[in-house]
This record gives sequence, structure tokens and C-alpha cells, in this order.
Amino acid sequence: MINKISSSLRDAVSVVHDGASVMVTGFGDSGLPRELLHALVEHGATDLTIISNNAGTGATGLAALLAAGRVRKIICSYPKSSGADVFTALYRQQQIELELVPQGTLLERMRAAGAGLGPFYTPTGYGTPIAQGKPQCVYQGKGYVQEEPLRADFALVKAYHADRWGNLTYRLAARGFGPVMCMAATCTIAQVDDILPLGLIPPDSIVTPGIFVSRVVCKDSGL
Amino acid sequence: MSHAKKLSRDRVAQLVAADIAPGSYVNIGLGMPTLVAKYLDPANEIVLHSENGILGIEDLTPGDPGDEDLINASKARLQLIRGASICDQSMSFAMMRGGHLNATILGAFQVSCSGDLASWATNDREAVPGIGGAMDLVAGARKVIVVMEHITRDGRPRLLSTCTFPLTGKEVVDVVYTDLAILDVVPGRGFVVRAMAEGLTREALQDATQAPLSYHEQLYFIQ
Repeated sequence: MINKISSSLRDAVSVVHDGASVMVTGFGDSGLPRELLHALVEHGATDLTIISNNAGTGATGLAALLAAGRVRKIICSYPKSSGADVFTALYRQQQIELELVPQGTLLERMRAAGAGLGPFYTPTGYGTPIAQGKPQCVYQGKGYVQEEPLRADFALVKAYHADRWGNLTYRLAARGFGPVMCMAATCTIAQVDDILPLGLIPPDSIVTPGIFVSRVVCKDSGL
Repeated sequence: MSHAKKLSRDRVAQLVAADIAPGSYVNIGLGMPTLVAKYLDPANEIVLHSENGILGIEDLTPGDPGDEDLINASKARLQLIRGASICDQSMSFAMMRGGHLNATILGAFQVSCSGDLASWATNDREAVPGIGGAMDLVAGARKVIVVMEHITRDGRPRLLSTCTFPLTGKEVVDVVYTDLAILDVVPGRGFVVRAMAEGLTREALQDATQAPLSYHEQLYFIQ
């Protein structure tokens, strides 16, 4: 019997090891797996590389993980959102490494990793500092930059409904980075509002098939 | 140059909105561009795109608290219009990069007369940089519209022969709307003034612009 359900948030993230690379869904607070991030702070894994669109705001979620000193490096597109005080302070004190990636390139690098592709060419960033040191080409009159696939050891994902096979649905624009991160991580851990009996989610409503998901946990199941 | 001759931010937004064709799919960026949405006629069914996977957004109705999982690129809550759709972030960026958006409207620090855009970093090493979706938008949208103040707060030109800040895109800008003028970027000709604020002289406009200007045959004045 396939059963990917974890009994607690802490149990769900217990596999995350020191030095791991961890993708985290979310566009600002929308789609952010806040409960899993807080469980990860409790769990204590450190020296992490975080891959996410933003770098946390306020004092919760990603900012809590950063404030606890667990993050060595962050790969993101936009770390300067208002309220990103924890990241900004670490950045100015040179206590965190930043790799800035255009958002579409970040997404496509993850998609390439999940889809089994190698390096690919994108027009994004051609003629800018982002292209420096990378192979480039002109194809049908337009310039392109070569980018590499980006995979991670883990993905922490906020979804809406799951079943014990790890099939996922998402709510509104919280879908965001979910589908692509689930594909690009070796071990995807999803927090959901509810876990439904197998067969209850209509097959054509499932956005992320369970093959891409290793662990699911209800966000209210406690640490 | 008299300050009285500058166009208000709302007037500039109105001018941009008037130039968007009915039925267009348009992405509106952070800052000054957000005002443009206010002046779009709903009867024209101009569909606004938000990079986190939404097509068909509008501001919240006053009194509506909104939903954490429905936000725009500024991380402000919004609502869906009838006919709206939601997709994952990877597909959303395929829309941007793949030439499916009719236009993108974004802010800038600097624009050059060859259409280079600088909008994501200054030369201030203390400042946290942020690219977000801007590089993808300018790489792919069919028309790149920049809305910006003509000069900096301390009086320095922003429309230049060559940008001094890191580029967001090379030779990508089609038209610039400022508080002094509307300028088309024409390959081989540079900035061609299409319209300028009523009462402003060509000499004063050139003084506020570091790159050489030429003028459209049907140059008109903006009240």
C-alpha cells in the first residue's frame, strides 16, 4: 500500500539533512508553506541552500529560517520586497550568499531538471550582466543565453488537497511554483489543508500527480 | 524648466491607457505603471496579466479584505474578473517570454536611445538588487512600454545615450512615457518625440535629456 502521509509537520521534514538544497514555493506570502518552514526551524537542519522566488518578509516563514541562521545561500529572483529586513541585514553583513536569477529562468531551470533536459537557451538576460560567462548564441536574429537545469534535494510545497498517493490540487494563485518544484526535487514534501480519501479528487482536477510527491502532511497536524 | 509644465502621474497613466488597443493582454509592473489600470475602460476588455499565473485581474472592491492566495506582482491583494484564468508560474512565464502578451508596461531607472533598459540595480553596493520578472517581460512581450520620470529627483537625466546602470534588456524598449513627453525609440534614429507637455520648449526638453532628440512630423502637445 502506498501511504505518503506524515503524522506531523516535524515528521514530514525530518528527512531534511544539513547542507541540503531546498526549494520553497511562494510568491511573497501567497503559496508559502509557512507551517513546513516553521517545522524545519524546529527540526534544526542547517547550512541549507534555499531556492525560492523571494527571500522572506516579516518574522515568519522563510524569514524565520534565515533569522535562525540555517541558510548559507539563497537562489531567488527578487529578495528586496518590502519587509525583507532579515535578509537585507544578513546580505549587508555578508552572512548569506545570494544568487540572483531572473524569475522565468529560475522556473525554466527547474522545469528542465524535472523534465530530464540538459542546458537550454533563453532570450532572458541576453546583453545583461546575467549573461556574462555563459555560452550565448544568435538564433533567427535573436540573442539567447545558455542556462543549466536546477534540481534540489527537497521541495517544501503548499498545496490545497492531497490523497495518500501524494496527488495534489492547489488553491487560486497559490499554485505558482508548486507544480514545477514538485518535479525538480528529489524529495517533495507537501503541506495541504486537507487529506482526502484516495479516489475522491477527480483525476482531471489533479494538478501535480503523486509520482512527483514523496510526503504529504496536513498543515494543522501540529509539530 | 518650470515645474508647472510637468504632467501629473495620473495624466501620464491616462496617456498610456489610451494607447492600449482593445482586447490586448497586458502585464503592468510595479510603481508608476500600476496607475495605468485605473484608466482602462472595462468595455475594451483589456486583460491584465499577473506574473504569478493570473490572467484577468482588477483592484479589490472597497471593503473586500481579499485573499492571501490572490495577489499581484506588487504582492497587493486583488480580485478576478469574469473570464479570468489561473495557471502555474512556469506557464505564466511562457506567456511572457513566448511573445503572447501584447504589451508590458514597466518602470525604469534609465533608458538609452537604442532601447536599452536599466531597472533592476543601481551602482549602490549596499542596495539589495532584484530582478523578478522584468528580464523575461522585456525579452518576450511584443511591445515594451516604459513609464518613468524624465529626470531623477536630483535633476539628472534618465534618458541617455548609454545606460550607466546594469541592463535589464538590450534594445528592447519601444516607447517611453515621461512627465514631460512621449518618446518612441526608433532603430537608427534613437528617441523620436511623439508628443510633449504643452508650454515646454524643444530646448528645455533636450536640456532634460542626455541623448539627442528628434521630433515626429505629427508632433503634438499634451494638455
